[in-house]
Amino acid sequence: MGMQELQPGQEFGDGATLLAANPDATTINIEDTGETSKHQPRPRGSSGREEDEELLGNNDSDETELLAGQKKSSPFWTFEYYQTFFDVDTHQVFDRIKGSLLPVPGKNFVRLYVRSNPDLYGPFWICATLVFAIAISGNLSNFLIHLGEKTYHYVPEFQKVSIAATIIYAYAWLVPLALWGFLMWRNSKVMNIVSYSFLEIVCVYGYSLFIYIPTAVLWIIPQRVVRWVLVMIALGISGSVLAMTFWPAVREDNRRVALATIVTIVLLHVLLSVGCLAYFFDAPEMDHLPTTTATPNQTVVAAKSS
Amino acid sequence: MAEAEESPGEHETATPRPLFAGLSDISISQDIPIEGEITIPMSAHARELDNSTLNESVRHTIMRDLKAVGKKFMHVLYPRKSNALLRDWDLWGPLILCVTLALMLQKSSVDGEKDGGPQFAEVFVVVWFGAVTITLNSKLLGGNISFFQSLCVLGYCILPLTVAMLICRLVLLAGQGPINFMIRLFVVAVMFAWSVIASTAFLADSQPPNRKALAVYPVFLFYFVISWMILTFTP
Repeated sequence: MGMQELQPGQEFGDGATLLAANPDATTINIEDTGETSKHQPRPRGSSGREEDEELLGNNDSDETELLAGQKKSSPFWTFEYYQTFFDVDTHQVFDRIKGSLLPVPGKNFVRLYVRSNPDLYGPFWICATLVFAIAISGNLSNFLIHLGEKTYHYVPEFQKVSIAATIIYAYAWLVPLALWGFLMWRNSKVMNIVSYSFLEIVCVYGYSLFIYIPTAVLWIIPQRVVRWVLVMIALGISGSVLAMTFWPAVREDNRRVALATIVTIVLLHVLLSVGCLAYFFDAPEMDHLPTTTATPNQTVVAAKSS
Repeated sequence: MAEAEESPGEHETATPRPLFAGLSDISISQDIPIEGEITIPMSAHARELDNSTLNESVRHTIMRDLKAVGKKFMHVLYPRKSNALLRDWDLWGPLILCVTLALMLQKSSVDGEKDGGPQFAEVFVVVWFGAVTITLNSKLLGGNISFFQSLCVLGYCILPLTVAMLICRLVLLAGQGPINFMIRLFVVAVMFAWSVIASTAFLADSQPPNRKALAVYPVFLFYFVISWMILTFTP
């Protein structure tokens, strides 16, 4: 039981990488709800054990338990309590963003990057950036599509910012809430080795939305094919991050329930991206149809310029 | 005070006498003037000294606040490493700038278009809630700047963008077109960079070095959104 002194944020990472080299360490998951850890190594067949340990990561040591226990000790009405959710450095945020962009099969985002230090900085500001990226890109794209038309008068469409904000923030907070509730309910029925706290789920969802920021900017290109290819790529990356994160949490459950959960997660993600594309970005070809109020001359001109 | 300065110590060095024995020898002679005033003068000079601003004229009060605001504008326009904005913060400047910006940015026509430019209230909310959010973010990350100081700095650094708005409106009077748009784009871009640099100069020192980028990025986003609103303004 070597207890090292911890400098804030620094040896945490070193300890985890050291332990990663030792896959035989018992893995204990620390929950945020304050319940005692209920993840004793189960005396089951070894069919999924190595996979489990690989996916869980090996950061859970005594130091982690102590540190996690020390961190959330302020009562929730003090400012210090909320400061614990912003206890990240610049390079940690960049690492987490990188982890969400490059999902490695077999590596769990939460275990590898979040590591019992979920932050709210990333989810909040990624969502804010995404809201404005979608609204501004949608506006720009509509402007470029309708550029040649005589009956088009440019409007900044500022109201769409509020709509985008509602959609994105509702997705980033309500879906994790529902998922967390569902996982807790299943946990009470089936003993799971892996379970996530609410903040860790929010963290995963927030960082998985990062890929949509460059996607939204690239959606300005008014070509249908390009847009759908971008949707596929973005969905592939962020969907796989989510699926690989939540698969260990539902795997011990009934096969059908596990599959249904993962499919629902991915489906909601698909709904979000396709919905945003459809609502904020006008279709490139449809709006080149001539309007009925134009004279035949202008109709021909408009049709030719599309 | 010659006799008073005579201390018993001088006697003690000559002959060993008991302590304080020579005190009775000390006396203050009659011809030493005791000077000083013990009456409190009630002149006008003293009235200004006791910091009561209740009796001054209204013009004097307003001019003092306006001069303070103007001085801070100068600090924003020529950003130097100084503490003037942080030390004597006030929110009058941000309020004036925000109201000016919102008045100029609001939809000028009331033709009932569904998707138009921002309303007055929307600009106001974006500016103030944006500033509050950035301040909270900076404090939660562990910065040691106070809440109102940060609001003050963020509000004052909107000044270049307000100037850009004025220039854009003037340029738009000359009619719209691509050259017009290029000029406006250039002006807004320059003022956006100026705002970000000015506010970073004041705010960056309050964060620990490993979190500076995390605190500066929301400021960048904030001014970017305001610049976007200014650039897309169409009368």
